Amino acid sequence: MKDNSQIRVVVGMSGGVDSSVVAYLLKKQGYDVVGVFMKNWDDTNDSGVCTATEDYEDVAKVANKIGVPYYSVNFEKEYWDGVFKYFLDEYQNGRTPNPDVMCNKEVKFKAFLDYAMKLDADYIAMGHYAQVRRDTEGHVHLLRGADANKDQTYFLSQLSQEQLDKAMFPIGNLEKPEVRRIAEEAGLATAKKKDSTGVCFIGERNFSKFLNEFLPAKSGKMKTFAGEIKGEHYGLMNYTIGQRKGLGIGGDGQSNDPWFVVGKDLSTNTLYVGQGYHNEHLYADSLDGSKISFIAPIEERGLEFHCTAKFRYRQKDTGVTVFLNEDYTKVRVEFDEPVRAITPGQEVVFYDGAECLGSATIDCAYQKEKVLQYV
Amino acid sequence: MRHIYLDNAATTPMVAPVIKTMTETMSNVFGNASSTHFHGRQARAILDDSRHLIARSINAKKDDEIVFTSGGTESDNTAIIETALARQSEGKHLVTTAIEHEAVLKSMKYLESLGFEVTYLPVDQRGLIRLTDLKNALRPDTILVSVMTGNNEVGSRMPIHEIGELVEQTTAWFHTDAVQAYGLIDLDVQADKIDLLSTSAHKLNGPKFLGFLYRSEKVKIPSLLKGGDQELKRRAGTENIPAIAGFAKAVELVNVDEKKIRQKKYYEFKQQIVKGLQMAGIEFEVNGEIIKNNLQHVINIWFKGCKRDALLTNLDLNGISASAGSACTAGSVEPSHVLTAMYGANSPRIEESLRFSFGVENTVEDIDYLIAQLTKIIKKSRGNS
Repeated sequence: MKDNSQIRVVVGMSGGVDSSVVAYLLKKQGYDVVGVFMKNWDDTNDSGVCTATEDYEDVAKVANKIGVPYYSVNFEKEYWDGVFKYFLDEYQNGRTPNPDVMCNKEVKFKAFLDYAMKLDADYIAMGHYAQVRRDTEGHVHLLRGADANKDQTYFLSQLSQEQLDKAMFPIGNLEKPEVRRIAEEAGLATAKKKDSTGVCFIGERNFSKFLNEFLPAKSGKMKTFAGEIKGEHYGLMNYTIGQRKGLGIGGDGQSNDPWFVVGKDLSTNTLYVGQGYHNEHLYADSLDGSKISFIAPIEERGLEFHCTAKFRYRQKDTGVTVFLNEDYTKVRVEFDEPVRAITPGQEVVFYDGAECLGSATIDCAYQKEKVLQYV
Repeated sequence: MRHIYLDNAATTPMVAPVIKTMTETMSNVFGNASSTHFHGRQARAILDDSRHLIARSINAKKDDEIVFTSGGTESDNTAIIETALARQSEGKHLVTTAIEHEAVLKSMKYLESLGFEVTYLPVDQRGLIRLTDLKNALRPDTILVSVMTGNNEVGSRMPIHEIGELVEQTTAWFHTDAVQAYGLIDLDVQADKIDLLSTSAHKLNGPKFLGFLYRSEKVKIPSLLKGGDQELKRRAGTENIPAIAGFAKAVELVNVDEKKIRQKKYYEFKQQIVKGLQMAGIEFEVNGEIIKNNLQHVINIWFKGCKRDALLTNLDLNGISASAGSACTAGSVEPSHVLTAMYGANSPRIEESLRFSFGVENTVEDIDYLIAQLTKIIKKSRGNS
């Protein structure tokens, strides 16, 4: 057995509390720890301040405190090409992309992994709330994080065996309060730092405003499926299925129920709205997906199997039956019960108990075999 | 692990005689050089001696032409900004080069924001300006020409003597940033017709946060900092006597012979690196050129196909401190404006070059170790890709 000090682990340090504790725990276990900060987005503002600075400063403080070398690597190009272009494309197509899924697939477990290998890493470690288990045949399985509230397997569900093979998730077996407690006890500067919210490159900015800097918004009609015009929308990409906020319609319909986005039609640039959280147009019973990726070999389950699924991050699991085509390029997923606001562009992630099997990207939702008008 | 420092263009370690001078001064003298009592006179004596020694080192006409500052940045800022503000009634045009240090370039940018006009002279692939470009840039309203003595990234040496003669025929003043060159080559402000010259102590094994600005008798500009009347009203703020004594000691150590010895030693290091890498079969090119006339403490190398951040990190993990230009505030390396000016913004050299800079403590064995590590890292990275 190799002594831990002979095992180099390159830790992706973001300047947050989770990856800080990862580095701390690994160092305590005697590993040869190297911290690397990824600079993925050039957001130098007009006064020349790049907002990644604060995060890097925190990486420096934490790494110095625990006594590990730290570096910064620039993946702006990789992020732009692998994540941001996809992000814009999806919005342009009226869908709601998940850049965090793509960031893991293209940057953290690709560009970063390659970079770590150049630094002679034996493993890379990340602050995700997820766990990996290796079976007797040498396959890696991805398991939910112990903190059900924080589980991040949704975002890791598109990774391959090769991408997870070198991965360590040292806080995957912990709950968030425990992670904060460890950080505080160790005196890490990030112990009380606020969790980051939203998409990394947008940060705390106004999402629509940001998006409209890149994609010109084309305003159009807001209608009910009955054809009644309810107002103007300011660009279809600014709305997502099931959204209530920002429609600006009072309860002046058939009831006093609030209004929701219940459909989109890209060809006529129309946003469909309907009343009530439980509006019938928001409920689907099946979906079509593509870009299928399973983490461990799935063949023994056959092309048709029952499992559970999530259709967005932090949603409760729903029982589903999966129907794969022969070459795994298309999937039909039928739900045990109807699910609200299935959103094209998001992932449908499959689980078997604690294990995350993999995922597909949602293309189209159905209600009783009828296509729901979502893009 | 062995740790080798090859980033002497960034800063240098203080050498024992400097440390000894400084600690002795600190222990024995604490007075304020402006005070008129015994303790003040004690400090003043050290200040005067140091100033004299330093004035001699660049052949200044008078000791009073040397003004101690907090370092290269303050010297550059003072020379450029205060000259512009003092002379704006005569003209609002300045000339500099594309490869100056940020302390010069950002002062120029600041002046542009105040309505001054700045001409940035281009450089060729050797890192040199053309005198004809300078000639063409000079105008009746040009008030200052600021050209560095030698470059901090590629070691190119500008034709300071010729520039001085050219500028002397105009009404402009001539400033040179000699932060990298001072202590390595002989400087003569009279022979080279220099009006303003910036230096920094920590680049020649002296203390940090100290430098001087040479300003010839004819240059009348106020202190950048507003305050007391220290340094004959030229620089407000109480002088750091122990550091100034240490600076003078550092300057004394690099006498004419010592400079020659260092230039020769570093030139040989460059040859050793080039031969070593060639023998190891590494594909590379030197950015700029290796010639006897240059500043020899800097070598900048393009490792074709190898990204600089991975190279730098790998070198550091193997005990070698080198550089690839200035880091951004988020720790990643910014594209070098020097290499950009020499080779164009699209050149792969910008992403694939490293700078090694030598100091008095480096040995032939250090360079052998560098070559061995570079070879190992580059062969592995090329094998992977």
